Amino acid sequence: MGIRHLLRKILLLKEIGSFVMLGTAILVFYLLSPPFLSLANIQLILQIAPELGIMVTGVTLLMISGEFDLSVGSVFALCPIINIMLMNLGLNVYLSAIFASIASCGIGALNAVITLKLRIPSFITTLGTMMIWRGVIMLITAGWPFPFLEEAIPLQKLLVGEVGLIRLSLIWYGMIVLVSWIILERSRFGNWMFAVGGNPRAAKARGINTDVVKATNFVIASFLAGLAGLIQAYRLEAFMPLAGIGVELDVIASAVIGGASLAGGAGTVIGSVIGALLIRIIDNGLVLAGAPGYWFRIFVGIVLVVSLTFNRIIETKVHKMR
Amino acid sequence: MSKLPLVKLVNIHKWFGRVCALEGVDLSVDYNEIVGLLGDNGAGKSTLIKILSGVYSPDKGEITWQGEKINFSSPKNSIKLGIETIHQEVALIDRMNVMRNIFIGREPVIRLGPMGWLNMKKMARESMKALEKVALYLRSPEALVEELSGGQRQGVAIARAMYFKPKLLVLDEPTNNLSVKESKRVLRFVTEMKAQGVSSIFISHNLYNVYPIADKIVILRHGKKVGEFKKEETSIDDLTEMITLK
Repeated sequence: MGIRHLLRKILLLKEIGSFVMLGTAILVFYLLSPPFLSLANIQLILQIAPELGIMVTGVTLLMISGEFDLSVGSVFALCPIINIMLMNLGLNVYLSAIFASIASCGIGALNAVITLKLRIPSFITTLGTMMIWRGVIMLITAGWPFPFLEEAIPLQKLLVGEVGLIRLSLIWYGMIVLVSWIILERSRFGNWMFAVGGNPRAAKARGINTDVVKATNFVIASFLAGLAGLIQAYRLEAFMPLAGIGVELDVIASAVIGGASLAGGAGTVIGSVIGALLIRIIDNGLVLAGAPGYWFRIFVGIVLVVSLTFNRIIETKVHKMR
Repeated sequence: MSKLPLVKLVNIHKWFGRVCALEGVDLSVDYNEIVGLLGDNGAGKSTLIKILSGVYSPDKGEITWQGEKINFSSPKNSIKLGIETIHQEVALIDRMNVMRNIFIGREPVIRLGPMGWLNMKKMARESMKALEKVALYLRSPEALVEELSGGQRQGVAIARAMYFKPKLLVLDEPTNNLSVKESKRVLRFVTEMKAQGVSSIFISHNLYNVYPIADKIVILRHGKKVGEFKKEETSIDDLTEMITLK
């Protein structure tokens, strides 16, 4: 195996662009502020990262099958609120969480039905449902957060309990990533997802039910957004109506930085992890570097554009290397 | 071989809104027969094929497959029966690799309890075999389809169709966008398949492609069948007139 061949193999890795960006970001923030790589700070990043990461993985899967979900931020807030409201009605904490998750799945299913049956682009559908569910949240809470309940502690330990240096949420995230990777890369369903997102007509002609594939991913994305919301609510011990506002843009930016295509048919689970980590690191690194909070959006924007450009350049290079 | 035709379509109608795409078309394909389906753009060729491959269902009419009345409700059914269709242009997924393309919808899996893992080794091995059968030698079954030339893509589509041992091969304008040499290879391939007992419907607007290999030629115009000829009963000049006549 020549060095050229090896180089090509490395460049062909779909995650290479985002991986280089991640490395660069870590280096730059470390140089700006060495405590960035202190144990305490790494711990902090790993505590927060799963919440965004879980959502990004869900949306990445959905984007691979050719659809979008902008309502994840609203589900992120709604799921924990349903959870706490059911508890206030006297329902057991686990059952409340399960019902809240079923509601998240239902929201995903509704997105799917509107998009697929009424043939409305999912970008528009979920822009609508994003507003609707946020409105519903404000209507039922009047904007007030729900306080944490003692009965919720067992589930809190399960979701975000501390084990050694990390929180359990990191383990859950790891398992979600692993299962998603297996489904996407090593199952028949994963093959159908790429096919449906890459060329729906060709997929249909091979006998694949494109609607079922897409609907499943709508439900998965929504379920994971709800789960991420639960994890944050239990970590912060607050069920907040305003949680997750604007997060859908971070989610989509992360997914795209991680190599997911807006046109569908492309993306990787590992890329979704790198993308989410990168956004979290920018957020954290800027704070440590003493930059005003406004810089966050500017940096995310820059990284988004640079990473896409970078991928495009690599792609052309690899094609020329043949 | 049985006297019944392999597939028989009777009085097929298809409307799109107020436009009538097919108006009482009959078509039958015998065992070991290559049928050339000719007609100008908009004659209804592609609609007829999409009915056969289960993409559309006819508004009226009857289809019998090996003597049995059949409802072609989905592409899955039609593939199961043994009809492999090579659609014009939409056959492959560019951003997926060759072996994943070949096995879409029928991926081999290794069962592990309730989980089915994709059998990647088998996919790679069988893909290479299938490609060799159509004389296509690729560097790797993991090459992306978008890296292939037009002829190579058509080769992959044909290799896929053949791998699943069809009884009827439907080719929709298979020589479009191909070089002369590549077209010849496709034509030779269809004749070879006939020798192995596979019937074909070969759709084209180019008579000179179809005539040399077809046993029977059917001409559509404005959604109606305007002629059906055994090859030995007709000449290429008569046919040209039939197609272009307004």
